[in-house]
Amino acid sequence: MSYFLQQGLNALQLGSIYALIALGYTMVYGILTMINFAHGDLFMVGAFFCFLAATYLGFPFVPALLISILGVAVLGVLIEQLAYKPLRRAPRVSAIITALGVGIFLESFTLALTPYPQHVPALMTNKTYEWLGVSISTLQILIIALSLGLMFLLDFIVRRTMVGVAMRAISWDKTIVPLMGVPVNLIISVTFALGAGLGGAAGTMYALAYPVIDPYIGVMVGWKAFISAVIGGIGNIRGAMLGGFILGGVEIFVAAFLPSTYRDFVAFALLLILLILRPHGILGKPHAQKI
Amino acid sequence: MMTGSSFFLSALAGLLACCIIQRYKLINPYILMVMMYVGINIILTASLNLINGYMGEFSVGHAGFMAVGAYVSSILTVRVFSAQYAQWFFPLALIAGGMGAGLVGMIVAIPSFKTRGDYLAIVTLAFNMIVKSAIENIDAIGGPRGFLGMHRLTTLPWIFIWTVLTLWIIRNFIYSNYGRGVLSIREDEVASELMGVHTRRVKVLTFVISSFFAGVAGGLFAHLLQFINPNSFNILKSTDILIMVYLGGVGSIIGSILGATIFTVLLEILRPLQVWRMVIMPLVLIFLMLFRPRGIMGLRELRLFVPEQYRKAVARWRLKRKKYDAVS
Repeated sequence: MSYFLQQGLNALQLGSIYALIALGYTMVYGILTMINFAHGDLFMVGAFFCFLAATYLGFPFVPALLISILGVAVLGVLIEQLAYKPLRRAPRVSAIITALGVGIFLESFTLALTPYPQHVPALMTNKTYEWLGVSISTLQILIIALSLGLMFLLDFIVRRTMVGVAMRAISWDKTIVPLMGVPVNLIISVTFALGAGLGGAAGTMYALAYPVIDPYIGVMVGWKAFISAVIGGIGNIRGAMLGGFILGGVEIFVAAFLPSTYRDFVAFALLLILLILRPHGILGKPHAQKI
Repeated sequence: MMTGSSFFLSALAGLLACCIIQRYKLINPYILMVMMYVGINIILTASLNLINGYMGEFSVGHAGFMAVGAYVSSILTVRVFSAQYAQWFFPLALIAGGMGAGLVGMIVAIPSFKTRGDYLAIVTLAFNMIVKSAIENIDAIGGPRGFLGMHRLTTLPWIFIWTVLTLWIIRNFIYSNYGRGVLSIREDEVASELMGVHTRRVKVLTFVISSFFAGVAGGLFAHLLQFINPNSFNILKSTDILIMVYLGGVGSIIGSILGATIFTVLLEILRPLQVWRMVIMPLVLIFLMLFRPRGIMGLRELRLFVPEQYRKAVARWRLKRKKYDAVS
């Protein structure tokens, strides 16, 4: 039982990182119907910002986290303005391919600057508590609490503020909303900043939880976060959170009860079965097709 | 368009030239190697273009089919055929690898009946990861260590034959009745279903043809490198193929040729820059997408690859429309 609880805790930790990244995918998709394949690499850049802040500037946890969030948010907006905005009227696929290109650019650029895997120093004293036979560290508590906090904040922004109303309006109908006086370009930039900032936060937490980072960590984690967003129903914010926790749970529990090399195999097979049963994700609603 | 016999003759001349180059070692081995990679990449690009460009689906796991073909054909040449005859059974092994990949492609096509677009992208992505993960878990074929022992059976003439065959079959498929079904699925799936296109059958057929050639390319690749491991067929490889398709242009055979050639050759030219070449390459891609969002030859075709009766039909239709416009 305690083993089960322990794995549940690990699943919560991994799932919250997936969920934070999945939110970035799903927000951009909701507003632009575009898959931002560079998002996984933004997450990687977030981890590297944390590494820079901790190693060269010697910052403690909170400033490092803020630097990472702000830096990645600015980078996200910059990418949107330079690479995606000119393509808004182009075929959808060319925006996706541009995003793939931006992702490879970020990976290779980071690789050219830091050719070797880097070790992120511990930013806080890590105590381990024992409770009901489950050991839990300060870091785990922090990661889970912080991600849940960020998710609630985002949910609040999207559901209760004017910016959130504007975001939902744009994803509802792109032609009529500008006529109502909504500054569409500004809102899209804000969406990118929010999504990328969450990715940066996830990058910081990942760097603390798994301290050896290299420029390719964003590839696998990014694709998996994308899969979580699709499981939950892409474009749906609560779905992305749910999907992140589901994928994290499946991965951890498969590795816990089967040989760990079966992890990807089982996780993706389950995903396929789920998609066959519910082709639009768990919380996604099928679009009525106009004929 | 060249007539049948002149096409046949020029293909034969090309094959002869390839045989002579291979036999008498006219060009240095490095350039020969690059040429062979260009050929393999053309096969991969053209076959992915069939799904992504002509049918308008978004498949992102092409390296998975390649992996199946590579492993099946390698196992056949190493374990089943004796070494001295392996050379003669090589085409057979390639076809078997392609058929293995085609069989898997048939399974992947089934989810595409219900889902489209981004969800189908996920299905193919997951398929790619499942294939990689499955190979890693089968210890009999080397698992994560990879598989080796193949002889270097891939030569320039073989690459030439398969490239020409792939392009020829794909072109004939596109301009056949089934091919029109493929194009109509791209434009509007519901409408084409209503017009009597058997969309399921067309989709399965397209996936099978596409994955067959990806499997053949995988077999050629395995017997060129003489070593394969699951990591050579990961998602990054699939991304490379995707980039080649969209660089050259969707829905175009000449686009596939150009995309694969430019991508492969440019990466080799930039090799002196070492790590920075992978910084330059995506920038080239991004700028191309900004100025030509459909790729170099998107939805356009060289006359060479359009059958004559098809061009005549289009010309007749244009004339008719002109007359109609003049009257009204």
